[in-house]
Amino acid sequence: MTQQLSAKEPTAEQVAEHKLYAQMGVSDSEYELICEFMGRKPNYTEIGVFSVMWSEHCAYKNSKPLLRRFPTSGPRVLMGPGEGAGIVDIGDNQAVVFKIESHNHPSAVEPYQGAATGVGGIIRDIFSMGARPVALLNSLRFGKLESDRVKYLFEHVVAGIAGYGNCIGIPTVAGEVMFDESYEGNPLVNAMCVGLIDHDKIQRGVAKGVGNPVYYVGPPTGRDGIHGATFASVELTEESESQRTAVQVGDPFMEKLVMESCLELIDTGIVLGIQDMGAAGLTCSSAEMASKAGNGLELYLDQVPQREEGMTPYEMMLSESQERMLFVVEPKDEAQAMEIFERWGVICAKVGKVTDDGRLKLIHHGEVVGDMPVTALVDECPVYDKPSSVPAYYEQSASIDTLRYDEVSDLGGALKQVLASPTVASKKWVYDQYDYMVRTSTAVRPGSDAAVVTIRGTRKGLAMTTDCNGRYVYLDPEVGGRIAVSEAARNIVCSGAEPLAITDNLNFGNPEKPDIFWQMEKAVDGMAEACRVLDTPVIGGNVSLYNENAKGSIYPTPVVGMVGLVHDTDHITTQAFKSEGDVIILLGETKAELGGSELQYAVHGQTEGRPPELNLQTEKALLGTVLEAIQSGLVRSAHDLSEGGLAVALAESCISGNVGAQVNVETALRADHALFSESQSRILLSASPEQAGKLEAFVRERGVPVAVIGRVEGSNLTIELNGTSAVNEPVGGLAQVWEDAIPCLMN
Amino acid sequence: MIKATVYVTIKQSVLDPQGVAVQGALHSMGFNEVESVRIGKVMELTLDTTDRAEAEKRLTVMCEKLLANTVVEDYRYELEG
Amino acid sequence: MKFAVLVFPGSNCDIDCYKAVEDAIGQEVDYVWHTATDLSAYDCILVPGGFSYGDYLRCGAISRFAPVMNEVAKAAEQGKYILGICNGFQILTEAGLLPGALIRNMSLKFRCHDTVLKVENADTPFTRDYAPGEEIVIPIAHGEGNYYCDEETLASLQANNQIVFTYGSNPNGSLGDIAGICNEGGNVVGMMPHPERAVDSLLGSEDGKRMFTSILKAWRDRHDAAAIR
Repeated sequence: MTQQLSAKEPTAEQVAEHKLYAQMGVSDSEYELICEFMGRKPNYTEIGVFSVMWSEHCAYKNSKPLLRRFPTSGPRVLMGPGEGAGIVDIGDNQAVVFKIESHNHPSAVEPYQGAATGVGGIIRDIFSMGARPVALLNSLRFGKLESDRVKYLFEHVVAGIAGYGNCIGIPTVAGEVMFDESYEGNPLVNAMCVGLIDHDKIQRGVAKGVGNPVYYVGPPTGRDGIHGATFASVELTEESESQRTAVQVGDPFMEKLVMESCLELIDTGIVLGIQDMGAAGLTCSSAEMASKAGNGLELYLDQVPQREEGMTPYEMMLSESQERMLFVVEPKDEAQAMEIFERWGVICAKVGKVTDDGRLKLIHHGEVVGDMPVTALVDECPVYDKPSSVPAYYEQSASIDTLRYDEVSDLGGALKQVLASPTVASKKWVYDQYDYMVRTSTAVRPGSDAAVVTIRGTRKGLAMTTDCNGRYVYLDPEVGGRIAVSEAARNIVCSGAEPLAITDNLNFGNPEKPDIFWQMEKAVDGMAEACRVLDTPVIGGNVSLYNENAKGSIYPTPVVGMVGLVHDTDHITTQAFKSEGDVIILLGETKAELGGSELQYAVHGQTEGRPPELNLQTEKALLGTVLEAIQSGLVRSAHDLSEGGLAVALAESCISGNVGAQVNVETALRADHALFSESQSRILLSASPEQAGKLEAFVRERGVPVAVIGRVEGSNLTIELNGTSAVNEPVGGLAQVWEDAIPCLMN
Repeated sequence: MIKATVYVTIKQSVLDPQGVAVQGALHSMGFNEVESVRIGKVMELTLDTTDRAEAEKRLTVMCEKLLANTVVEDYRYELEG
Repeated sequence: MKFAVLVFPGSNCDIDCYKAVEDAIGQEVDYVWHTATDLSAYDCILVPGGFSYGDYLRCGAISRFAPVMNEVAKAAEQGKYILGICNGFQILTEAGLLPGALIRNMSLKFRCHDTVLKVENADTPFTRDYAPGEEIVIPIAHGEGNYYCDEETLASLQANNQIVFTYGSNPNGSLGDIAGICNEGGNVVGMMPHPERAVDSLLGSEDGKRMFTSILKAWRDRHDAAAIR
């Protein structure tokens, strides 16, 4: 995708004759359709505008049929998918606003800026709704950490997230990082932002009121990121390195100024519509704002602030220069708006007008250089029902016996091996680079099941997490999708919060391959079902496709970002064991389920079979019980079981509590299966000696399988199975292995 | 128009951890002859004046007050035009 | 007692400072924009953390020329209380109100975590409520917190008891493990760690609270405030 120099742009005829639209990602049939809507051949600028509006990234043409399967409404949902971000009511006239977004392709080519601008973009989506951003999260995937290339990407992605988030002053409080060969060459960088808003301040991206002025806010437009949206809609190749010009460069200081001034503007109540310029910059924001209002828009491109000489209309419309916003006010309020931006030192320029003809008209040097119907741009992109077929690996995997390996005899050694696996190991190396305390509201810091941020002036808090086990989704997309949502809900509940809703980032390979589309379809079905049963509607999200290269596709990785409501800060719970003498109680049933497990990967070097089962009714009962128990004051610590099963969960609770545990589990399973099985719907609780009996009875009454398995004590983690010693390790030693794994690899 | 190029470097007496890190990286690439690395800044200023003496005087003040932190940094400049 | 929390373009921890004054000691506090030219109404000026002017050129290099900084200099001369935290400390050194400079962390990485600080000087108006040599837990969050000064300055800081806090375990390479210093008069303090983030046990530590109670006491003593204000 080359940038055109200001000299000679191809004519409409040349675009048709040489099929220049193909370079922009437009198919022959799409081009025909565009000509029909236009009533003529589109010129270079116009086809450029169509190409980004009709890209997968902006139009979701391959994923829309699937996204429609998600439940998106509920009693608390104030705004579902379709705007900058979704909104959920939390009572007291307040609402939480959140969304997740990906910046995968740019991060593969320029990891620092790719990650930084991903963070910048999602922050804008939140404050464009009128919400004050209060927290950031991120979900990252890389290849094996032993490779130099992966270390480079990992280091710079983390630095980019830190550089942007820290500078703008929003705490990065949670997230996850996983490493697996399938992500080699296709790292995933998903950034999530959570904001708070009062109901009466909620904004929408609408170009309201014919005749009203349209204003541009932010730094001058340059040539960066042109065709960023199209870049995101194709596979990565060797040529991609040279696409570095398609990667945008972020300026978090500028965004801080834009954010503060826009929030101040919104507070005045004079804003009729506001939207951020994200993918496809000026094009997408102006077209969508016009579309949502049922109006048209005229843009005076000479008025667009520019930092390069001789920018063409094409370049201005497609530029993805960062930190820019578009808003509409009534003429009588213009002066008030301008004063705010002047005080903050932010450029604010009138660049257009709302019209009533339903067209997006571009005017440059006194001439109309683009004239397109808004509905064609926004609503008429064809939606494709892709073929889907069950891949061979899936049909074969049912017959794989994941229990066939010889028994792992050195269980303490296996535990250490799993703890040292980068996916499981401590992420302190990562989050110590993030300011997770700014805004002094972080009640639960990175390192527990979910982060918790308090809401000043109330006793409430917000719990938040991102989760997805790509291996499970690969091995069985529907079950894996169900598990992704359930695991997030478990993490939220273990922190003492009621799950509210989710945002999803669907990261998949090339949807034109039927077995990849099958993965997408099934994963979405699984997630949708879980969202329905667990009452966590999908309020918005992002789709990132074509995450594959010559070596193959990534594991299907539908990341779930979930937010929960802590009703009272007294309920806030962490995973760390608290005091010696506390009683340890395990909820849920353990079966021999090793498919896709960390043990299978770290010790046996495989990812095969089927993932653990998940029964949503069982999960629902577990979650309700644990939340109620916490809210009743019976629980001192709570930790869900995931990668590494019971052994790792116990180790983590000991390490974070800096204390040991003596545990005995009655089981019919083989020792290594009992300790490392990744059966779902299990949670590890601890209670004071005085409350333990009550807690056990509480859980039993609700029909959830429960077993008192031991006590918090000493400085060793001692696990017995049916009275026989299986693991007996000093917690200090486990901590060292777990804490040192990533720093050692990175030094 | 006078073009001024200002070079700002960390004082010799101050440890430059970035320079040390870069030296380490060069060594690990086989460039063991690199004895030291110091990382600084280059600033290019275009001055709308033709009075060279005045430009130098004012540039010195710019450097002392803003462009360099003389507690930890040294500066020098070159003029052309 | 009236507090001013300065706000520069890019300041982030202004809100944290404001909340800390309200919550820890319940005194009057105002945000004051960087263009202000009159701080005479205020008894204590907090220069907060963040990334003023994006940390462009050097941290605090541009902020020090803000109009309000003339007022801060005046206030310092008048013996009013001034506390610079993190970026605030950087601004005060750039402005020459405190000696030395803050440069990039030795590890070249941003570090955010709790640190143990030793109260070396418990006589400043900000530290009177601590015991000399007391160890307290205060979080840091910075990429350029490495304190540097030349030998002569270090000797003078030591001689005049101007080192207020040192790190138990140096997280950034600071000379002499210095975490915070004061001017010769003792009324201007600059520190890299964030005491305003340690005033609520729900959020981690309460050890920072006593910096605020100390300054309130100091001001009351100075004004012989028999009445509670």
